[in-house]
Amino acid sequence: MSVVAVIVATPLIGAAVLALVPGHRLGARLNIGFSAVTLLASLVLFGLEPSSGALFVVDAFNIYLIALTAFVGLTTSVFSAGYIAHEIAVGKLDERKLRFYHAMYQAFMFTMLLALSANNLGVMWVAVEGATLTTVLMVSLYRTAASIEAAWKYFILCGVGIALALFGTILMYMAAQPVMGPGMAAMTWTELMGHVAKISPAILNLAFVFLLIGYGTKVGLAPLHAWLPDAHAEGPTPISAVLSGLLLNVALYAVLRFKMLLAANGQAIAPGPLMIAMGLASLLLAGLMLYRRRDVKRFFAYSSIEHMGIITFAFGMGGPLANFAGLLHMAMHSLTKSAIFYAVGHAVQVTGTQRIERISGLTVSHPALGWGLLAGVVAIAGLPPFGVFMSEFLLVTSTFARQPLLALPLVVGILVAFGALVLRVQQLCFGAPGMVEGSGVPVAEVPLQGTLVPLYAHLALVLVAGVWLPGPLVAWFQAVAALLG
Amino acid sequence: MSDLGYDAAHMLGAVVLLMSFALLYQRRLFSLLNVFTLQALALTATAAWQAYSHGEPHLYITALLTLVLKAILIPVALHRIIVKMKIHRTIEPALGIGLTMVAGVSLVTLSILLVLPVTADATALTRENLALSLSVVLLGLLMMISRRNAVSQVVGFMSIENGLILAAVGAAGMPLVVEMSVAFSVMVAFIIFGIFLFHIRERFDTLDMQKIESFRGESD
Repeated sequence: MSVVAVIVATPLIGAAVLALVPGHRLGARLNIGFSAVTLLASLVLFGLEPSSGALFVVDAFNIYLIALTAFVGLTTSVFSAGYIAHEIAVGKLDERKLRFYHAMYQAFMFTMLLALSANNLGVMWVAVEGATLTTVLMVSLYRTAASIEAAWKYFILCGVGIALALFGTILMYMAAQPVMGPGMAAMTWTELMGHVAKISPAILNLAFVFLLIGYGTKVGLAPLHAWLPDAHAEGPTPISAVLSGLLLNVALYAVLRFKMLLAANGQAIAPGPLMIAMGLASLLLAGLMLYRRRDVKRFFAYSSIEHMGIITFAFGMGGPLANFAGLLHMAMHSLTKSAIFYAVGHAVQVTGTQRIERISGLTVSHPALGWGLLAGVVAIAGLPPFGVFMSEFLLVTSTFARQPLLALPLVVGILVAFGALVLRVQQLCFGAPGMVEGSGVPVAEVPLQGTLVPLYAHLALVLVAGVWLPGPLVAWFQAVAALLG
Repeated sequence: MSDLGYDAAHMLGAVVLLMSFALLYQRRLFSLLNVFTLQALALTATAAWQAYSHGEPHLYITALLTLVLKAILIPVALHRIIVKMKIHRTIEPALGIGLTMVAGVSLVTLSILLVLPVTADATALTRENLALSLSVVLLGLLMMISRRNAVSQVVGFMSIENGLILAAVGAAGMPLVVEMSVAFSVMVAFIIFGIFLFHIRERFDTLDMQKIESFRGESD
């Protein structure tokens, strides 16, 4: 248990330290340092037996999400160091804001890791609420009109979502309390899993509806997705990367935990159809919306809604194959989408604009960046040999075998989104590079700030997963898929 | 529990709900704040009563927090912001009293229809408390949808939170109530005072969210 405590405590200490450290260079280095320690500690978890205590739980399901979260946290902190150096240079951010930014970054990592490892419904809720607070503050970091509007919308929508999730949590306690007695046990995952079969299913159903809508708002499921594109587009790009790569996954993890409870109860409603409906709605809506987007970060934010729709659909289908596909897709989407946001962050900085039609010819002006972005988009579009292809292929084939009628809208949604991605990536990566926005300097002469290592590290992992998944990993994903029911 | 205890808890919960109704049709910001203060006081009394009658001392902390934060600090601070920004004369398009009653009564009916069938084996107090608090939550949602001033939206959000605390104090022996109410209050406080009202003011000279919405990144 002490290892989990280290994983959760490191970012918390990091937040406190970074709030006191002046100077963005030192701050950025410490940010990387704390993230690296967190990642190392989370890797140690793999060597230990699964265990659970009053506060934390580590099982096959959350251990991979903890490691993924810590990994993306580290790579994003590396990307962030280069990103903020540029923002300081062009005067969009100052030292005071950056100190706040670094502290909030670590505080955000703390809430993510706490939500994943908490063994208590209430603690998990508090952590997700804290994540909302930290990200709202970071989205409004630039203090532009658009960023304040985005943050306000984010606060209002996710605040309501969080409130509904709390109502669901209270209902869940009320359902468990007659069976398990008053006190902490009725809010502890591991205890609940043992007793859930005796809990009255009616109130459990009501609780799940509130929890699905509440946490579903944070997953970005349609029709509750309105906050997501704005929050992604107006905040700093490292925040867009962790929002897409981590926050959406963690919110979905919360929903899945409750789904496991319902599945173990046996008499409650099947949560599958609800999740399938919301997943398909998100997929189709986001796929169509992709065509109308002019802002590059907003464009990829809609792509995140699309992929969260696919993942929710997969878990809604349930069964060993679809769950396996869902788990794999969670990891692949998280790695690929954050890689794309790293590339987009660099592209926006060298061209000085977020408008898609004003960015062109990245493969000519900055070959390493342009081809990296192209590879990322190819991966997220679901083309082989990348890992996203694997998970989408698994999901589509297993759905065709079980429910051909549901497979149809799924394939249509994926193809619609595919078309939009191909269309836009041509504009971004090929053609003649233009001038930097607002000046006569050719884009090709602007040097790239920071390193492309995080981008290529993520792409390499996604490529490896697409070509060859190690045997133990497959066995282990299968075990988790069975857990999910 | 004695009849008196049951009646008192029931009545206090009903007062919280009544104040939610009243919030819906307040057109002036100051009267909105006054009604919200009354709701917070009723909630304080509910929490304190539950703490006393069920012998759960930690609920006194919840009561105290509600009293200090929601009945005193936040209303006073919002009051000052309204005066400072000279928006106290703002008359907001709120729902009319008749419409409020129709919408509110149907939401309350909805929540009773939703809650009572599924809680057949719970005690009467728990069931009614849950129905009341769900009604407060739904009325708060209605208020957030029907208002566009940032101050009224925050008040609507806090009234949803009041409904949640009402539900939590009514659930027998629920742990972490205090922690959760603290987490919520911190969020509201941070958002209101740290960031938004001042920065929105700084940027736009208005708190009307309708006017701000046109600043979206893709407006053309």
